[in-house]
Amino acid sequence: MQWRNTNDRFGLVTGSLHWLMALAVIGLTALGLWMTSLTYYSPYYTSAPFWHKSIGLVFAALLVLRLIWRAATPSPAHVASHQRWERRLAAGAQWLMYAAMLLIVISGYLISTAKGRGVSLFGWVEVPALISNLPDQAQRAGAVHYWLALGLLGVAGVHALGALKHHFIDKDNTLRRMLGMRLPNATENRK
Amino acid sequence: MKKLIAATTLGSLMLAAGLAQAADYQIDKQGQHASINFKISHLGYSWVYGRFNDFDGTFSWDADKPEASAINVTVNTESVDTNHAERDKHIRGEDFLNVSENATATFTSTGVEVTGDNSAKVTGDLTLNGVTKPVVLDANFIGEGEDPWGGYRAGFDATTTLKLADFGIDYNLGPASETVELILTVEGVRQ
Repeated sequence: MQWRNTNDRFGLVTGSLHWLMALAVIGLTALGLWMTSLTYYSPYYTSAPFWHKSIGLVFAALLVLRLIWRAATPSPAHVASHQRWERRLAAGAQWLMYAAMLLIVISGYLISTAKGRGVSLFGWVEVPALISNLPDQAQRAGAVHYWLALGLLGVAGVHALGALKHHFIDKDNTLRRMLGMRLPNATENRK
Repeated sequence: MKKLIAATTLGSLMLAAGLAQAADYQIDKQGQHASINFKISHLGYSWVYGRFNDFDGTFSWDADKPEASAINVTVNTESVDTNHAERDKHIRGEDFLNVSENATATFTSTGVEVTGDNSAKVTGDLTLNGVTKPVVLDANFIGEGEDPWGGYRAGFDATTTLKLADFGIDYNLGPASETVELILTVEGVRQ
């Protein structure tokens, strides 16, 4: 499997980023919901947010890397059998997810830095606070962070249902080419 | 309330009879010569100090008739500040002050019992987290007189201890942290 995308399929970089970040979105949302429900005497009361924030910072870096990679390298051609509305819906969902991920990362950072404190990355380095003391900052950023995270899961659900529909109902290569699987009807993708 | 009106009316009659009048004072919010602070035990090992940055109020005061004094204070609960963004966010949430539902806390005095040369017990109704309970402030008169800018000022401090559960706040912070001490100081400008 190649590093870069080809006309037929996604390459190793795009594929790895896609699946790693999919896992991270689910994991971070679950961790975030769980950690905010902990009682004060839970042994994880301070460590769970520490991990959530550290992994979130890594996620932010991956997101930036992904957007640069996406802009700098060509994407595979559309699967020929995809309808116009399917392409539009798919593209819309993708950009919604990128926008949501970007805003979730920024709002998360703004919660922690609302009073001028930095965010620790696994205790190795501290990412400094750049924007602090906006009116109601932690509250508003928190609401944005929470609702966009739930919204992102919703859109990702539609995105996943679409992929499954292509795989099991249309039986095309949409999901296979993101999984690095063999493409049985690869000729159909050539234009 | 009827008693209060009756007392006020009586006060006015006494004024008409040539007796000393209690002057009305506006809490000096502009100059911020007033603060509402609280402290609560952390695990029984130390204290967390916090404050409400935004509040306003009035009081009436006559050094010759301290028992006729009265005070009203309204606090913007969203302005709670413990110098820690995530903690403040938590305190504003449903586990504690629930500021989206209960945006203000108020204290309205109902009676003053003079206990010493410069001290008194101020009884009043405190509304916090939507719950109204009578509380007693241990208040001290600090001083009064002309200020250098043409005004006339009087100032007090007061403390009281609240049981959080009395005001519907039952989040478990541990046995050492079931009560919070309020520490306030107000300076008023005579109107």
